[in-house]
Amino acid sequence: MKKVLEVKDLYVSFTTYGGEVKAVRGVSFALNKGETLAIVGESGCGKSVTSQSIMGLIPTPPGKITGGEILFKGRDLTKLKEPELRKIRGADISMIFQDPMTALNPTMTVDEQIIEGIIQHEKLSRLEAKQKTIDILHLVGIPGPESRLKQYPHQFSGGMRQRIVIAMALVCEPEVLIADEPTTALDVTIQAQILELFKAIQEKTGVSIILITHDLGVVAQVADRIAVMYAGKIVEAGNRRDIFYKPQHPYTKGLLNSVPRLDREEAELISIAGSPPDLFSPPIGCPFAARCDYAMEVCDRVYPFKTIMNREHHVDCWLQDERAKRLLAVK
Amino acid sequence: MNTYIIKRLTAMVVTLWLIVTLTFFLMHSLPGSPFNQERTTSEAVQKNLEAFYHLDEPLLVQYGSYLKSLLTLDFGPSIKNSSQDVNDMLGRGFPISFELGLWTLLVAITSGIILGVVASLRHNGIIDYLAMTIAVVGISVPNFVMATLLIQQLAVKWPIFPVATWSSSMHMVLPILALATGPMAIIARLTRTSMLEVLTQDYIRTAKAKGLSPFKIVVKHALRNALLPVVTVLGTLAASILTGTFVIEKIFAIPGMGKYFVDSISNRDYPVIMGTTVFYSTILIVMLFLVDLMYGILDPRIKLHKKEGK
Repeated sequence: MKKVLEVKDLYVSFTTYGGEVKAVRGVSFALNKGETLAIVGESGCGKSVTSQSIMGLIPTPPGKITGGEILFKGRDLTKLKEPELRKIRGADISMIFQDPMTALNPTMTVDEQIIEGIIQHEKLSRLEAKQKTIDILHLVGIPGPESRLKQYPHQFSGGMRQRIVIAMALVCEPEVLIADEPTTALDVTIQAQILELFKAIQEKTGVSIILITHDLGVVAQVADRIAVMYAGKIVEAGNRRDIFYKPQHPYTKGLLNSVPRLDREEAELISIAGSPPDLFSPPIGCPFAARCDYAMEVCDRVYPFKTIMNREHHVDCWLQDERAKRLLAVK
Repeated sequence: MNTYIIKRLTAMVVTLWLIVTLTFFLMHSLPGSPFNQERTTSEAVQKNLEAFYHLDEPLLVQYGSYLKSLLTLDFGPSIKNSSQDVNDMLGRGFPISFELGLWTLLVAITSGIILGVVASLRHNGIIDYLAMTIAVVGISVPNFVMATLLIQQLAVKWPIFPVATWSSSMHMVLPILALATGPMAIIARLTRTSMLEVLTQDYIRTAKAKGLSPFKIVVKHALRNALLPVVTVLGTLAASILTGTFVIEKIFAIPGMGKYFVDSISNRDYPVIMGTTVFYSTILIVMLFLVDLMYGILDPRIKLHKKEGK
């Protein structure tokens, strides 16, 4: 499979009054053509920062990419100047944001907001751009788009607005679509519709999708591969089957356990005790050690090596070490 | 839309009537009259004068006849300058004040907005601090101080511009500058604050994600949203600037209508007091109405008429 985008050992920090927050600490992953990669993790784990770094949308200052590479079409995006990045943004890589209520400009008509993106990247006349806008609105399932072009965002419902945001992102046929919590702000029935739309669009256009979410229900529906992030690192990654049925990292297990289930007797909602570490001074060992039921002495001292389970599945955890397995057997 | 405008126009007329009524009775409750100044006149002359201007009639009758003449847009004669009608005075003074005011507004709005936008884009940078220092100075230095300073520097020390009077475009520069600094500073500060807020909005990030240039993002996406609070103050600002300012017109010897506001009160020149008040109120009310219409154009979410859309 062809790699479209590759992130190698990415580090991102934010300078604040309290000190330097190391939000992303050595993240690596690759995105293949036509697949959906889900990045999951709880709030503040660095998943949004990772995605915004790819787009070059980290507010600088205070944010800064302090290390690593983002390779797209043989070019390192972290080294590109702003005008070159601008040519890629919206044309080759686009982004969908969490809240469709605020992601659209309230004082501009919908067609203008889509057309300006087209005209920025393609040599088309206004009339051609308008036709393209109508086509894309059809594709994302806006009924009767011709009559709604001159309407403002507030005249659309939440689900419809998210469809417009998706249309805006897809109109220049990008190769990579980054969706940052695209369904979080929508109610559940609309969520399902939007996820269906993602699948349909991917089949039609072959776009690769990076899906940022904390909702494992969403992940189960659309993701081909899953990367689990914790405290600025990818602690486990693998294909959907492996992550859901053979999770190796205690954090991944904890996440899966905390999904509310209707088929179980216990009414209690299970959560992972404790909270993520302070990223001003991240722990030198495994960041999850303090919350982990299986934590050993080594976990506090040394960050675990990567263990390769199969071609796609890998995990950073000391429990994979032979000696740990002996220890658990004794216990 | 039409019903909205009709409703608003009715409300405007009622407001104006209230202002006329209140001013009329307040004015007459002030001690003194147009005729008892330092120069004493005999009782007979006094009586004759009062009869001539109908000041001997009961107040309500006077009020009634004033309203009647207002309906024909006649503000009556001036008592102090018996040769002039109030209409003539306003007709001569207002165009000059209006011209000065219009230029002042133009200068204040454009420079204020540019200053505010630049400051917000360089938030907490040197340019931001510099722009805001100019703004604070602009707000704190009264315009008569600014005017004398400008005259001293740019007319006396280096005679680039004429000292005073109102005849050529060169004559207009100093009064416009003196009058514009205050409003410019207010607009600059407002623009900066509201731009800073707008620039953190999600839709600005969306615009960036589309690959738009910073210039397009600011002009097309940020500025229009940021201007709403600025438009709010514009109505009152415009009304007070367009009708002339006593101090600036006095300093530069500009024959505008600013002086009538002040002179008429100390003279107890009843028709002039009423005339200037009604005139100013009308302009203010119309300006506020225009501002409300502007909201609807700037922000489509603001519906000026209730039963449309949803």
